[in-house]
Order: sequence, then C-alpha cells, then structure tokens
Amino acid sequence: MTTTTPRLRRAGGKGAPPAAPPARRGAARRIRRGSLPYLFLLPALALELLVHLVPMIVGIVMSFKGLTQFYIRNWNEAPWTGLGNYKVAVDVDAPVGADLLRSFTVTCAFTLLAVGLAWLLGTAAAVLMQDAFRGRGWLRALFLTPYALPVYTSVIVWMFMFQHDNGLVNHVVHDQLHLTSGRPFWLIGDNSFVALLTVSVWRNWPFAFLIITAGLQNIPRDLYEASAIDGAGVWRQLRAITLPSLRPVNQVLVLVLFLWTFNDFNVPFVMFGGSAPPRADLISVHIYQASFVTWNFGTGSAMSVLLLLFLLLVTAVYLPVTAKLRGRDA
Amino acid sequence: MRLFRTTALAAATTLALSALAACGGDGGSGGGDAKTITYWASNQGADLSVDKKVLAPELAKFEQQTGIHVKYEVVPWSDLLKRILAAATSGQGPDVLNIGNTWSASLQATGALQEWDDASFAKIGGKDRFLASSLSATGAAGKTPAAVPLYSLAYALYYNKKRFADAGIDKPPATWSELVATGKKLTKDGKYGLAIEGANNSENAHHAFVFAKQHGGDFFDAAGKPTLDSQAAVEGVTQYVNLLAGDKIAAPGNAEYMQNESVRDLATGKAAMLLWQAAGTALKARGMKEDDYGVAPVPVQSGAPGQGAQVNSMVAGINIAMFKNTKNKDGAFQFVKFMTSDAEQKTLNTAYGSLPSVKAAQEDPAFNTPERSVLRKALAESAAPLPQVAAESQFEDLVGAAMKELFAQAAAGKPVTADDVRKRLQKAQQQMPK
Repeated sequence: MTTTTPRLRRAGGKGAPPAAPPARRGAARRIRRGSLPYLFLLPALALELLVHLVPMIVGIVMSFKGLTQFYIRNWNEAPWTGLGNYKVAVDVDAPVGADLLRSFTVTCAFTLLAVGLAWLLGTAAAVLMQDAFRGRGWLRALFLTPYALPVYTSVIVWMFMFQHDNGLVNHVVHDQLHLTSGRPFWLIGDNSFVALLTVSVWRNWPFAFLIITAGLQNIPRDLYEASAIDGAGVWRQLRAITLPSLRPVNQVLVLVLFLWTFNDFNVPFVMFGGSAPPRADLISVHIYQASFVTWNFGTGSAMSVLLLLFLLLVTAVYLPVTAKLRGRDA
Repeated sequence: MRLFRTTALAAATTLALSALAACGGDGGSGGGDAKTITYWASNQGADLSVDKKVLAPELAKFEQQTGIHVKYEVVPWSDLLKRILAAATSGQGPDVLNIGNTWSASLQATGALQEWDDASFAKIGGKDRFLASSLSATGAAGKTPAAVPLYSLAYALYYNKKRFADAGIDKPPATWSELVATGKKLTKDGKYGLAIEGANNSENAHHAFVFAKQHGGDFFDAAGKPTLDSQAAVEGVTQYVNLLAGDKIAAPGNAEYMQNESVRDLATGKAAMLLWQAAGTALKARGMKEDDYGVAPVPVQSGAPGQGAQVNSMVAGINIAMFKNTKNKDGAFQFVKFMTSDAEQKTLNTAYGSLPSVKAAQEDPAFNTPERSVLRKALAESAAPLPQVAAESQFEDLVGAAMKELFAQAAAGKPVTADDVRKRLQKAQQQMPK
C-alpha cells in the first residue's frame, strides 16, 4: 500500500520527477540501459493491447454501426449509422433513452450507498480488530468469507433467502419480529433495491476490511502511545491519527469499490435473471439486455461507450481532486 | 551486454507474435475431421446429468454405425441462445445443434444455419415423415426451413387429483370461466387453485400468445410487423394476469417464480392446477406418481379447442439444426438422419417425456399414455406456432418482461387494469426493432 503513495502524488502534479542527469556523456548509455525494462515489458504490452484495447476499439467501432441479427455473421456488411445509436441512447423522451437514464440514476444511487456502507463497515471492523485479542484471527477469517465464496453460489443462496413465501428474510422480518404487516416482496417491485444493496454490501465490505486492515499495519504504534500520553481519547485518536494515515489507502479503495460496484454485473444478473425490476436495474445488466435481448449490438455498444466515458471522467476528476485535498491537508 | 539485449529483444518479439498467432489460429469447430462432429444438445432432462445419461449410449450407437465420433455438450437453456449468437458472430460453432423452435426464424435471419431444401430433406428420409405442425416452426413462412423438428411439445392443464377430490371437483375445467370458478373453490387455507411462473419471461410470452389468439388477434400482423399493443393482445394479457391479480386464484408469491417453482407447488399440492408443457417427467422427479396428477387440454373461452380463436397451445418443441460453415457436412447430415430416425425418436422422446416429431414414431404405443394423448391431440389439432418472424425472440423478451412487471404490480396488491396492460405493451412495441 505504501508504494502507491509516491505514484499518486506524481499523478496529482505534486513532487518533481527525478532530476535530469548532470553529465551529457552518460546520457546515451543511460537511455540504452533505460530501454531494457521497456523491452521486457513489450510482451505484456502487446498482450495488454490485444486483451484490452482491441476489444475496446472494436466496441467503439460497433457503436457506429447498425449491427443487428441480420449482420452478425458478417459485421462488414452492417450499415454505418453515424451517431444514430447514440441519438437513440440519449433521447430521454423515447423509451430506450428514458430507460437508460432511469437505469443510470438507479445505478448512481445504488453505487453511492453500496460503496459508502461497504467502506463504513470495512473500516469499523478493521479498526475494532486493530488491537490484538483472543480469537482475532478467527474473526478476521470469518469476516473474509463472503469475499472468498463464489459469486454465483452466494447470490443464489441470498435469492432463496429473499423469496416471498419460503424465504428466511421474510420468516425473520415478518413471522418472528412482526416488523411488517404483510410479507414483503424482495425480488420484485421496489424492495428489490434494498435486496440488491444488501447482497452487494455483504459481498464487498470484506474487501474494504482487508485493505484497511493492511493499511492500519503501517501506522506506527508510538503515535497512539504518544497521543495517549497527551490525553487523547479513542475518538480523538481515530480522527487525528487513524483516518488521516489511511487517506492514501482510502483514496484507492473508494475508487476501486466505486468502479466495481458501478459495473457490477454478476450479482444483479444472478439475482434477477433476464429482466431486473426497474428499481434494481443496474446499468451493466441494462446494457446487456439492450444488446442481447433485442439483438441490437450497435445500440448496446453505444451505451457501453457512454458508460466508459462517464467512468473515465469520474476517475479523471477523482484522482487529482483527492490528491490535491490530501496535499493541502498534509 | 549487447548480446543479452538482442536475445531479450528476440525473446520478447517471439512471445508477442506467438500470443497473436494463438488468437488467430483454429478455435475448434470440429476441426474439419471427417470422423468427428461436434453437437450442442439442449437440456431436456430434469438436469444436465440426465441428458448425458440419455445421450451417451445413443451417440455410442451412432459411432458404431457410422464410425463418426460425436463430441457433445449439453448446454443449459439460459446459455444456449447466447452461445449460438456468439458462434454465429465468430463463425466458430458446433456442426450440429439444438435450438428452441421459436428461435427458428430469428436464427434463420442471421444466415448462420444450413437451409433445409427438399434435397437436404431427402437425405434424411423426406419432409413427409415429419408432423405438419412441428414443421410449421422451423423458419419464416415461405422460406426454406432452417432446421428440422426433433422433439415436439405442447401445453396442457395439469391438475393435482387429490386436491380436486378433496374439494369435490370431478372434472377439470374446459373454459376459462370454469377454470376461475374451480380455482376459487380450491383457493383457501393458504392453498391456491393455480400456479403461475410469473417472473419467467418465456412462459409469460407463451401464454400471452395463446390468450391473444383466443381474443382473435396476434402479436404480429400478416406482413410480420409487430403489433404488440393490439386490442386482442391487451385483452389477452389482461385476462391472463388477472388470474393472479383480479381472480386471485394464484398466490401473490407466484409473481417471483422463475425456476420452475410452480411445478413444485403442483407436486406439493400448494397449487391445484398448472399450465405447462409436458410436465409429467418433472412431476415424477418431484415425487408424484402417474396416478397423482391428471392432464386435460388447456381451456378456451368457450366451445372446444381448435384453430383460430380456439387455439390452446403453442407448437412447442426443439429443432435440430446444422451450422452453415460446418467442415463435415456429410457427417452432420448422417447425424441429423440418425437423431430423426424412427428408432431414435422413440428412445429419446420416451426418455424426455416429449413427443416424436416423426409421424411413424408417434404411433408407437409408448406414446399412448393419457398425458401423451392430450399433448398429441393439442399438437395435431389446436396448436399454433409462435410467430415465425425474425423479431420473435425480441417479442418474447419484451412482452414477457412487461408481464413480469404487471405480475409484480398485482403481487403488491395493486389492481391491474386493461389501461395498465396497454401502457406496458405500448412501451414494448416502441422498443421493437424498426
């Protein structure tokens, strides 16, 4: 975790690059020697291009084509539609655009809540586990279980628990605790948002826990001891030592959680099958539906490109802004 | 130093090139070997392992007869269409594959499937061997078929005999009003009259099709243009959804059923009736004996089942198709011939609880059980194929999803009016490809 710090600093414009070589004589040799690592990186770079960039470019090209079932055997024959697919995707007065916008809004709300809760739970648990006590190892292992389970299995189990008639959730909430007047539906209708949020937080908070736990190892214990002598309480220590020291870790953690949650496909797809209820219609499943269900891969690609642009924008704003904030506080 | 760098460069380049080559190389598709073919089977048994048990000995028989080895894979329904689309896109697919017969026209439009003209049919014994109704679901009307019927199915009304006896009902309903009346008698003490698979898009769409037919309409006009929000469609969908919403003869919880929970409910007696295609094997797998359930034709509005507005089932079934760019066409033809031979039709359909698509095999006494007789009669007299148009799969998904939402609305205790249905169907109509 500590190694990320200088790199991020630089990305934010802070800290100068290594000073230029003083003597000209050594420069050529240094360049030659400097090229060797890049040479070793070449195979990885080629694969990276192949695995990541080529599909992205193909996707971008597809988004300008009317690629329907009639052309999937030979893409070259698919007609160019210019910005047609994008117009359909952003026309919020027509059903396709309106649904995409609604799905986007739902996804934003979902992501904010899911990331917030996962972070809060992860941090709270990690801080509570900071001091050694009997059974700490066991608890840590237990906390990490959701993260270690295969997605499909765990989500299917959640799905059974959320069932209306025989589900465990309704049994506890309605039959035992009498919190609701009737048995609520969790997998259809408006509650599906809560159900999805629960499963997502349950799956992701162990990751936050793991990363924060690792981050906590780097905080020198003497800081706490010194502050204790100065009379700082637990809250004061948390606010003045723990959280500021975790800031670089949090910067990356929140971004990663955000990207994962925003793009999450497995959880909603397994939970709701082919068509998610409107309140739980996350954008990645929505785009999948738009392309595979209607067999219109052009429109689906256009939506994906829009999503990609949005995520790039968020990342591009997030990193410098958080780095600057950190720089100001430091 | 220099030597080291040159070596490194060479190694790096080789690595990069070999990675590229690996991606451009042969990716399967039977490999063009005349002695092997690849086959994607659909999931016909209670689970994938049942299919393997049924298919393995038959494929061994085929290898014995022809010397052709069949590399097969049983693909679950949830993946099959996606796999086929991916295969069509990449050109790397199996030689022979099963498709849901409702997809025939959609897949035909991709041009990925071998067309079955009369000469091709002659190679497997001629078109006349097959049932006319099953042949009607092998491609768009007026076009050369894109597939050959393999297993045939139809919808029937399955009922729990014990529940009927307990309520003093002596015969299954023949019209929808009778079904609602019967259902109301059976709905009490946490048990219900009917089970509905409300969150399963294709089940929903199949029922929507039959109900729209019975209201004198369809989801596509004669020219093949979608008319998802026609008056008949609205009336039909309203009637079906109201079995749960208004008549309340199905449990609200049915609105989230999508994994055959409704079959389970019939077997446990939680529901007394179920509309399903060839449910017999599934019911037996859940512990019912053949005497525990009765089978009757799906109800109609009035009168007896027949054609036009008296249609009471879709022509359901599975077709076998051949990929156009197979490298082993002869082997593929031999395999389709084998699978549609009288003997194999008898064996496979007996194992799967479906009906043969071949006339001669259907006459076998094995298919004279009470259940099979009802299904056969429906298929022969009162079944219609789902619209064989390129946009059929879009129709199934959009209308099926709209109905899922309507069931969810009903389950939340809100009434479902014809206006609600019209609004949903209008939205589905706007999403259909132009």
